[in-house]
Amino acid sequence: MAPGSMLTFNVDDGYLEAILRGYRSGILTTTDYINLTQCENLEDVRMHLTGTDYGTFLQNEPAPLSTATISEQCTKKLVDEFRFLRTQAVEPLSKFLDYLTYPYMIDNLVLLITGTVHGRDISELIDKCHPLGLFDSMASLCIASTPEELYREIIVDTPLAPYFVECVSLDDLTDVNIEIIRNSLYKAYFSDFNAFCNRMGGETAELMSQALAFEADRRAINITLNSFGTELSREERSKLYPSIGLLVPEGTMRLQRADDSTAVGAAIEPYSVYRRLFQSAADNPEKSLEDAFFENEVALCKEMFEHQFNYAIFYAWLRLKEQEVRNVVWISECISQKQKRRINNFVPIF
Amino acid sequence: MSGAGARVAVVPSRMTLQQIKGRLAGAKKGHSMLQKKADALTVRFRSILKDILEKKEGAGEQSKDAMLALAMAKYAFGEELTVVMGESVDEEASCKVKMTPDNIAGVTLPVFSRYEGGGGAAGGLDGSKGGGAKGGAKGGAAGAGTGRSLAGLSKGGQQISECRETFSTTLELLVALASLQTSFIILDEAIKLTNRRVNALENVVVPKLDNTVKYIISELDEMEREEFFRLKLVCQGCHRENGACCCVLYWIRFARTGVVV
Repeated sequence: MAPGSMLTFNVDDGYLEAILRGYRSGILTTTDYINLTQCENLEDVRMHLTGTDYGTFLQNEPAPLSTATISEQCTKKLVDEFRFLRTQAVEPLSKFLDYLTYPYMIDNLVLLITGTVHGRDISELIDKCHPLGLFDSMASLCIASTPEELYREIIVDTPLAPYFVECVSLDDLTDVNIEIIRNSLYKAYFSDFNAFCNRMGGETAELMSQALAFEADRRAINITLNSFGTELSREERSKLYPSIGLLVPEGTMRLQRADDSTAVGAAIEPYSVYRRLFQSAADNPEKSLEDAFFENEVALCKEMFEHQFNYAIFYAWLRLKEQEVRNVVWISECISQKQKRRINNFVPIF
Repeated sequence: MSGAGARVAVVPSRMTLQQIKGRLAGAKKGHSMLQKKADALTVRFRSILKDILEKKEGAGEQSKDAMLALAMAKYAFGEELTVVMGESVDEEASCKVKMTPDNIAGVTLPVFSRYEGGGGAAGGLDGSKGGGAKGGAKGGAAGAGTGRSLAGLSKGGQQISECRETFSTTLELLVALASLQTSFIILDEAIKLTNRRVNALENVVVPKLDNTVKYIISELDEMEREEFFRLKLVCQGCHRENGACCCVLYWIRFARTGVVV
């Protein structure tokens, strides 16, 4: 296969890699962030962002800017760039990029299912879905009014159908908690994506398995921590742990048995990366484990850009860009709420 | 003749004098009682005002915290947090407000209090951290309680529950504030009404009755003087004719007062 081979990579994907590296240099730098954090109001933020790669993306917004608008426009920019890459891509990169949108699709579908279960009007919900997770049959979603219809008419046509078949039965749609469905879907997605990357081989497989392992472990740890004090039993919990990652199988076994955060700390003790993250979150009360994970993800993704001729950088770029949107939104949120104390709680990228 | 001010239109007689004096005493009694009521209301009013000020400042701070917590939850979970949460809410509210009446000097004030109703509890009423969430999960027969406690299972769960707790505290504060604010308005109305009555009694009714009493007394005196004058004339006539007074009235008067005309 072409990916991973230096000889033929550029035939199909050289152009897109070049584009992507261009996008990468457009990511906000530490200097930009320093400027942004010193803004007094959202107008200043807009002015500073105009000087960056974001350019005139906020130009047509009326004067009282809200953080929601900023977040919307930043996401739109990200989506536009991604769509450009996607339309230019050929197999197998196009397939790879499709895989990157599946998590958004899962989230959107889960949102739609929640809406149907609670009897909401689906056509209203479509506007609120993440644009990266839109799929063709979405327009026809309004015809589904019950979870059964939604399942039979819509989901089978989406790329997510195999995941649904694997882990969710029709009855589950109404009975089982939606968060459990979401996490089961993610579990299936991780295994599938991992297998796909491994089939490609080469550097892509190497880097992607690293990244996916981290992502999967992060989910496992988070699920464990967040399930304390809920009605989720240990057995149910262990079913939600992704089946890939560094923690499998030894670590997840221990996580399954944990019932407070100290036990989680003990369970991930043997894994130096997670031990370090856990420790840094414990040492600093201002920082949560979530923040530590974000930092590690950013570091991991930055590292991927050191390699060439692989698809993992597309993944890395998407993650970094997402983090950047989060950062910008966080900073504008702090500015608009005049809460400068915690404004530096974001993760600078370059 | 006294009674320069307004007075009640009455026939001046000893009987009406008694009646008016009774009314005057009643008015004075009523005035002092209403004055006491107004004082009691004002004391309560001031204390409520103080509370409102305190609570409002607190609510401002708390709302800021809550919004920041929401921003943090959004940072961890993603911008679609509010949509996801909004969609998983059931029709039945999990947190309701009930009203109990409170009585202060005859004025009924509503006191609002929060209670958990419907399906699962939203958690955190008692302010204890994990306790509320646990209660929510256990009592979660309906979807809301369980759905909420599992929200953000894979990412941002802690931030979301933290956010929920701060908003819960804010809600508590707002409910308290609402009950104070309503009491404030009702008390304000009541105090105005009472003060109007007090002032009406003090400045209109009592002076009017006072004037009436004075008027009646002066009228009665006038009548007395007229009587006396008539008697004098009669007696003078008697003296002129007989050398002594033959008038029975003269003697009656003499016997009563010992005064010789």
